[in-house]
Amino acid sequence: MSEIVRTIEIKNEKDTEKFGLSLAKSLKAGDVVALIGDLGTGKTALTSYIAKGLDIKRRISSPTFTIVKEYEEGRLPLYHFDVYRVFDEDELFNIGIEEYFYGKGVCLIEWADLIMNILPENTKYIYLEYGNKEGERVYKCTF
Amino acid sequence: MKDGKFLTLGIETSCDETAISVVADGRQVWSNVISSQIEIFKNYGGVVPEIASRHHLENINKVLEEALKVADVTLDDIDLIGVTEGPGLIGALLMGVATAKAIAFAKDIPLVGVHHLFGHISANFLEDENLEPPFLALITSGGHTEIVQVKSYTDCEILGGTRDDAVGEAYDKVARVLGLGYPGGPKIDKIAKSGNPEAVNFTRVLLEKDSYDFSFSGLKTQVLNYINTEKQAGREVCREDVAASFQQAVMEVVVKKTMNAVNLTGALKLVMAGGVAANSKLRSMLESETEKAGIKLYCPKPILCTDNGAMIGSAAYYKYKALGEDELNMDASSNLPLERN
Ligand SMILES: Nc1ncnc2c1ncn2[C@@H]1O[C@H](COP(=O)(O)OP(=O)(O)OP(=O)(O)O)[C@@H](O)[C@H]1O
Ligand SMILES: [Mg+2]
Repeated sequence: MSEIVRTIEIKNEKDTEKFGLSLAKSLKAGDVVALIGDLGTGKTALTSYIAKGLDIKRRISSPTFTIVKEYEEGRLPLYHFDVYRVFDEDELFNIGIEEYFYGKGVCLIEWADLIMNILPENTKYIYLEYGNKEGERVYKCTF
Repeated sequence: MKDGKFLTLGIETSCDETAISVVADGRQVWSNVISSQIEIFKNYGGVVPEIASRHHLENINKVLEEALKVADVTLDDIDLIGVTEGPGLIGALLMGVATAKAIAFAKDIPLVGVHHLFGHISANFLEDENLEPPFLALITSGGHTEIVQVKSYTDCEILGGTRDDAVGEAYDKVARVLGLGYPGGPKIDKIAKSGNPEAVNFTRVLLEKDSYDFSFSGLKTQVLNYINTEKQAGREVCREDVAASFQQAVMEVVVKKTMNAVNLTGALKLVMAGGVAANSKLRSMLESETEKAGIKLYCPKPILCTDNGAMIGSAAYYKYKALGEDELNMDASSNLPLERN
């Protein structure tokens, strides 16, 4: 896995939005973004702002239950995964995760640390941590 | 047909359960066989999709046999096959859809794909033979929190839904935080009975004034914060109090928005659906609110609230009557939208 090259201090959710919107601008087809952080650090919240930056109008809800939710209507297709409930990586191959990875869209993967072995080489990692105060977060990125 | 009744075979495999039923005339449950895999999943603290699909595969023939046997019919008596086409875990859904197609093809029986949530709503048609649309439905489950205006057996409009975590999901996540294991919802409900719902004042997230949407993702952070703060201060955390306070915060919001939607639509009937409809707090709160409002409340018995084949059979029956059969090339879809059954 690659090194952390920048650390971003998030003061509140507005900062999360700013970060998400600007990240969305730089995304291109075939990008895979791993979102790694504890319960409630804001993986789904960040995804919703990235989606907004991709001009996706539909609301992004948590994919914990269905494991993947697809949004095709934006600047790029968005495949939003939550692999929290995945135990066996084989299942992800069965649902064709590689087609998502190497497809025409962007993959955002919550709890990606659980499937580290099967992530593509070019995966961008964001580690989300709680800050000291309410609303504060620290993002550590490998890109 | 048997005894002059139109028989639908309902197949449901969207998540944990492999479930098949025989439903007569869309209203009577002749059999309702559910093979649950929750015991297996307890060891892993969650649903294990790979095991889920493997077990569906192992179970489905046994469940089918049993469903036919209990109903005392054979496949030759079946007039229609209904199957959940989505939403759900794709691998699990595919098991049901493949089975349904195989039987439909081999026996030349019409096939209809059903939206899982329309299935949950239809559980009420089995509970009360006289219930008919229109009505308002509150669907609460592991993957859904939706207020739906049901206009007919096949048409509905979503007034609001969750913007992040579903109710059942919030329960599961908080149960994990409290060390209660999986599935957490029923356990929170249970221990909350001996807790104080006013012990912790968790935020009631109501969003915009006229919104019927929900947001529960902030609650898990609040529960985590509360527990950390208490631990740091060296105080013992009372799980019963946290559970009761969490439940109070969630259900107050759910009930308030639901009753607002009742007023908005002028609905005379309110229908509960989905796994969380079995929650005792939600039931008792809605019972007293609907009584005050002078409208009727419907709630399926617990066995029809959880995922089951009978609800799919009922939904399929009415969809077939209104819209006819589906093509055999219909397919499972993990996030099927609910504009129409
Ligand atoms: N700076 C912030 N960035 C993101 N979310 C924040 C921030 N401050 C507060 N929040 C709140 O924290 C919660 C994060 O919940 P969210 O469901 O996005 O977390 P998650 O990491 O996806 O959790 P899970 O592990 O359950 O999937 C939201 O309610 C959000 O409004
Ligand atoms: Mg999430």
